[in-house]
Amino acid sequence: MTELSALWVYLSASPILSIVITIAGFLIASRINKLAGGSAFLHPVIVAIALIVAFLSLVGTSYNQYFEGAQFIHFLLGPATVALAVPLYDHLERVKQMFWPLIIACISGILTAALSTIAIVMMMGGSRETVLSLTPKSVTSPIAMGIAEKIGGYPSLTAGLVLVTGAIGCVIGPILFKALKITDHSVQGFTMGLAAHGFGTAQSFTVSSLAGAFAGLAMGLTGMLSAFILPLLVRFLGV
Amino acid sequence: MLFGLLILLSCQFIGELIVRYFELPFPSPVVGMVLLLTALIVNKGVPSGVRQASEGLLSYLALLFVPAGVGLMVHYQLIAKDGLTILTALILSTAITLLVTGGMLNKLVKKKQVEDGLHD
Repeated sequence: MTELSALWVYLSASPILSIVITIAGFLIASRINKLAGGSAFLHPVIVAIALIVAFLSLVGTSYNQYFEGAQFIHFLLGPATVALAVPLYDHLERVKQMFWPLIIACISGILTAALSTIAIVMMMGGSRETVLSLTPKSVTSPIAMGIAEKIGGYPSLTAGLVLVTGAIGCVIGPILFKALKITDHSVQGFTMGLAAHGFGTAQSFTVSSLAGAFAGLAMGLTGMLSAFILPLLVRFLGV
Repeated sequence: MLFGLLILLSCQFIGELIVRYFELPFPSPVVGMVLLLTALIVNKGVPSGVRQASEGLLSYLALLFVPAGVGLMVHYQLIAKDGLTILTALILSTAITLLVTGGMLNKLVKKKQVEDGLHD
């Protein structure tokens, strides 16, 4: 027994354990999602987070200990964000064609998402940290976390809430499109990518490749513009 | 592949330098993304190494969110306190955002199609 606990002490100090837990948790979560028919409520990322949090609480490992190893996976978010330039470049022709409608819709969407969030949280008496962590909720995670850090929210809280937002958008979006009689797939895709980032993009690709391409475009454009607009907006509002 | 990774990391690194030097309020990978996009436009194409590295990273994008998402466990007090507020804000604001963006873009695109039709 003492040998076993000595081994555990050694393992929990090494980055390998965190990395193994993260990848294993994600693979199990993907399997669970597939079994549930790919439901947006059981998105692999959200299930993986729940599994890993449960495991860490069970064995009494703190988040800091876990992150010491998991940061090697986390680090890749930086180059992955830079990599978003490639799909954006691929759709450059479409962007040029619909440039102004897309820019106007994008900026309106970003302002609507941020202002409605700030207003609702403040009206319901949420704390300042909650407001600032929620403001970038519609922005794709790597960028949203950077924004949260810049404006004074908690990046880790933002990351989790961004993921929940994505799942909510995937549930509400199709219902709204039907109610508003929006049938154009490029409009549907762009709207999903703006409000529900990567989750919306993944779902749009199941509708049609046109919807998916526009969702990816909206995700990149929203991320880029939000990174410039939201810090200025928060400073301007004096939140 | 290795060349592509070097390009991505270099863009991020230069982005970091720019953000630090000018004390910009933007995350450095975003500046790196703008740099790469500019470089691709100037280059008039995506080098195969860069495409390989980008598509490789982006296909595992979901996994990369997990370590940060687990950080929710640190904020359980805040979530317990503001949980209802957070959930209400997420649902309502996401619905409003979808409504405004979808409605507006739909109108703008239809209007543009009508205009383009008249000019043709």
